[in-house]
Amino acid sequence: MQATNAGAPRPPLSRRASIYVLEARAEFLTLARMPAFTVPTLLFPLMFYAFFGVVMKFSPSAPTYLLATYGVFGLMGPSLYGFGVGFANARDSGQLLLKQTTPMPVAAYLAARIATALVFGMAIVISLFLLGAYAADVTLYRWQWFALAGIVLASVIPFCALGLAIGAWVKAQSAVAIVNIVYLPMAFLSGLWMPIALLPSFLQKLAIVFPAYHQAQLTLKVINMDQGGSAGGHVLIIGIFTVIFLVIAAAGFRRVSQR
Amino acid sequence: MTDRLLATMSAITHRYGDVVALDGLNLEIRTGEVLAILGPNGAGKTTAIGLLLGSLRAQQGTVRVFGHEPGATAVRLRRGAMLQVSGVPDTLTVAENLELFSSYYPAPLPVLRLLTMAGLEKLGDRRYGRLSGGQKQRVMFALALAGDPELVFLDEPTTGLDVEARRSLWNEIRDLKATGRTAVLTTHNLEEADALADRIAVFHQGRVVAEGTSAEIKSRAAGRRIRCITSVNRDEVAAMPGVARVEVSGQHLEVLTARPEELLRELFALDSELRDLQVTGAALEDAFLALIRDDDQAKAA
Repeated sequence: MQATNAGAPRPPLSRRASIYVLEARAEFLTLARMPAFTVPTLLFPLMFYAFFGVVMKFSPSAPTYLLATYGVFGLMGPSLYGFGVGFANARDSGQLLLKQTTPMPVAAYLAARIATALVFGMAIVISLFLLGAYAADVTLYRWQWFALAGIVLASVIPFCALGLAIGAWVKAQSAVAIVNIVYLPMAFLSGLWMPIALLPSFLQKLAIVFPAYHQAQLTLKVINMDQGGSAGGHVLIIGIFTVIFLVIAAAGFRRVSQR
Repeated sequence: MTDRLLATMSAITHRYGDVVALDGLNLEIRTGEVLAILGPNGAGKTTAIGLLLGSLRAQQGTVRVFGHEPGATAVRLRRGAMLQVSGVPDTLTVAENLELFSSYYPAPLPVLRLLTMAGLEKLGDRRYGRLSGGQKQRVMFALALAGDPELVFLDEPTTGLDVEARRSLWNEIRDLKATGRTAVLTTHNLEEADALADRIAVFHQGRVVAEGTSAEIKSRAAGRRIRCITSVNRDEVAAMPGVARVEVSGQHLEVLTARPEELLRELFALDSELRDLQVTGAALEDAFLALIRDDDQAKAA
């Protein structure tokens, strides 16, 4: 995916902006028109929150805790599917190769996918917050709502990197299965589906190997329900995970381009 | 007429593991021409296109397009490509895909114009996934033209299309030339090369074994095709002077020969009853097969 810029002036800002906007719109419409993508990614976090946070409410604090963790879970879906499955599909169907023959900037391609994951993530966060505030009577300070939303949306970065690492290595036919194998167990074991304190202690100790755990802990700090690690430590670990995922993804691209 | 060179491939050797795909290939693309790269599967056509597009890096030899490295942005801005295996998202409409690709270029063709050029006037609002195979190929063709390119690569553009879809895409490709564009077309369909190309480069086992106009290629092969019903048997005919190929088709014997007069004299001497005689110019296919056979013999020698 390298483009040499020999002899070509950079396009004017207005045209570059229009490439980014159209690329993001195309990516958003591509996914928004696929019910197999939209229904599970939008519905699962809301449905699970409605079951475990609103209806079952296994403790008074559960609706608040789960609001934060289902937000993180909600961002994992579009990030992992959009990048993991979407990228593997685009590569194996030749869509990527066709785009690589054009002068499309690679950054526009990646930005479009991140932006799309963010738009779906935003829809999930807003719906979850409405459900929490009105159906489960979650009350928070205004700054907490905003901080919660901000940290949840920031999780698009490590999860897109993870999606890219998967998408760069797996075949399109197996991409959905592989993403599910990563996505669902990691969500459960990181304490996104039920409070991590309810898991057996050896699983609680294991949780530190998952980026989603650190993302969840960072989010839970806003409402004082985390397990007490330092925010800086979580950010550092998430950063390290992101770099590792990007290195794995880059190795995957190299392997493909050498074929 | 002095032809300006648009692109060159010099002394290109390309391997996939132990398999040699291109073997010291030299190729020139001249401004304004339609060049057909003709050859059987595995001749190295798609590898050559990959190198010309910069999607493959040259292992040995040099490739230059518009005087630059083939993958340079300056080159991408001036060329378009239709790949053998490619696509766009099924859920986007034809017009949405065209609009997106147009945005990559400084002076794109208007989407309506692209739809017309590719014969897709009524399909702009249709989703890509709901098109027929021929319609999808037309979309790929339109995408290749999105940036109003000077040079267009068409890698097996009509493979898998039915006769009607193939003919109509041929018309669109002919129109390219009328607008002054240069096109490079790969095909294993001789009729296609004959119908579209100004110049044909015959590829065989990674090398150009013949190059020229369709007429020149034909003339390089054994000159005439003789068809008749005769009692002389096939093996006897094969041993006669100038015979390149003998085939039995029903009652008829079909012979390809460089020396038709001599051959006919011998045939009549052996069989005065010879009937239903037909003598025609060799088709491009005959030339093609003869060229490949000569090449194989030269290698074996």
